[in-house]
Amino acid sequence: MKQVLVSVLLYAISVSSFAQPVFMTRNGKISFFSKTPIENIEATNNEVTSLLDIEKGELVFAVLVKSFRFDKALMEEHFNENYLESTKYPKATFNGKILNLSKVNFKVSGTYEIEVGGDLTIHGVKQYQTATGTIIVSPDKLEASSKFVIKLSDHKIEIPALVAEKISKTVEINVNCIYAPK
Amino acid sequence: MSIVFMRLNNKLSLIGILLFVSSLHATSYGQDLMDMLDKETEKQSKPDYVTATFKTTRLINGHSVENVAKGVLDFRISHRFGFLSDGAYELFGLDQASMRMGFDYGLTKRWMIGVGRSTYQKQFDGFTKYKLLSQVSGGMPITVSAAAGIMYKSLKFDTPDRENFLTSKMYYSAQLLIGRKFSESLSLQLMPTLIHYNLATGINDPNDVFSVGAGGRMKLNKRVSLNAEYYYQIPGHQISGTTNSLALGFDIETGGHVFQLNVTNSTGMTERSFISETTGNFFKGDIRFGFTISRVFTIVTPRH
Repeated sequence: MKQVLVSVLLYAISVSSFAQPVFMTRNGKISFFSKTPIENIEATNNEVTSLLDIEKGELVFAVLVKSFRFDKALMEEHFNENYLESTKYPKATFNGKILNLSKVNFKVSGTYEIEVGGDLTIHGVKQYQTATGTIIVSPDKLEASSKFVIKLSDHKIEIPALVAEKISKTVEINVNCIYAPK
Repeated sequence: MSIVFMRLNNKLSLIGILLFVSSLHATSYGQDLMDMLDKETEKQSKPDYVTATFKTTRLINGHSVENVAKGVLDFRISHRFGFLSDGAYELFGLDQASMRMGFDYGLTKRWMIGVGRSTYQKQFDGFTKYKLLSQVSGGMPITVSAAAGIMYKSLKFDTPDRENFLTSKMYYSAQLLIGRKFSESLSLQLMPTLIHYNLATGINDPNDVFSVGAGGRMKLNKRVSLNAEYYYQIPGHQISGTTNSLALGFDIETGGHVFQLNVTNSTGMTERSFISETTGNFFKGDIRFGFTISRVFTIVTPRH
């Protein structure tokens, strides 16, 4: 019986102490917005997968480019066909870290300002990107949001001269994810 | 779990240690968060529908497997000029023009309808097109649509003294459109077609004209593609004196418009008029220059 106890204990210890400190979402929301005097371009993706390791502060995102929804179907087609080339580059990813991890206490509920930095890969082009945002810690979930601006030229997304007036050279990106323990 | 442990009393410490080690292993190896993310995204992958097989709902004269999106109105204006072979006096056909304007609308993702009016024989037309199968990358290899049309020639009867029926000026078309996007630049399509004439054109002409169309597009760059379309009429099932319809053209995309420039030996722009009533010989200069402008309007904004 002693043996049973030891082995069960050993197993319990191994599970608890090495449980993943990882939080996840499968339906995070990322939207973007481009504003010009002629036309606003806006799209939303509600199928963003993201993982957050609260011990290491690591934060990763995967976004299916085809899952961005536009108000205008033709815009969506052009976005996929001509600009993001989603057949060639189906996914956009982010692989980064919370830079000020020490300022966030994941054990205490509250709102924390965070700084994030890492590799943002869009259209197959990797670019180091930083962003500020907030993280709301509550007992059963984490809610993270951020707003930042990217330059299309950083990711080799070409805008032909013909439509240059309709498409802004920079795009504002909004991220909103509610994470649950994985 | 504990039941299993009880039963294997003797070897328990060993199992405990093994479990301990294996859980250690799981945490210390392959822990790259990015790898975990890849696994998660693979798990939830949905069918990847192939989109934009063609730029618009028409290949050149006839239908492509594409539909207008749900809630979108496509206003199309098409012109076909006279034969190039008419020479300089007719400015190589530009002095004459035949026009069709049409309104197409997407009822659902798969179902569209449209109406049009052509100057050629003062013809009204309406059609419906439904996408039966959608090509999926790594799955369904083809897209299949069914299209049915009705055409009414409102031109006055040329034999008014005879008893005439309105239905004598009505025509029907039924098509199966089988398309595949082979690569980003190459898409091909097959179109078995039946055209029905309520009143046969001549005493020896059939009421049902059978043909098989073939066509495709080759993208030259992101915004321009080269298209070709040919309808082969099955011998013995065609109207005498007619030729097969051949068309070559470019699709040029500029924001909300698509311009289709083409050369064809056909005059009409509805199935009945270009598939079964073409008379020009393409290779003897009976070529018309033509163009279509398509402009889409979002009528119903989708909810996301």
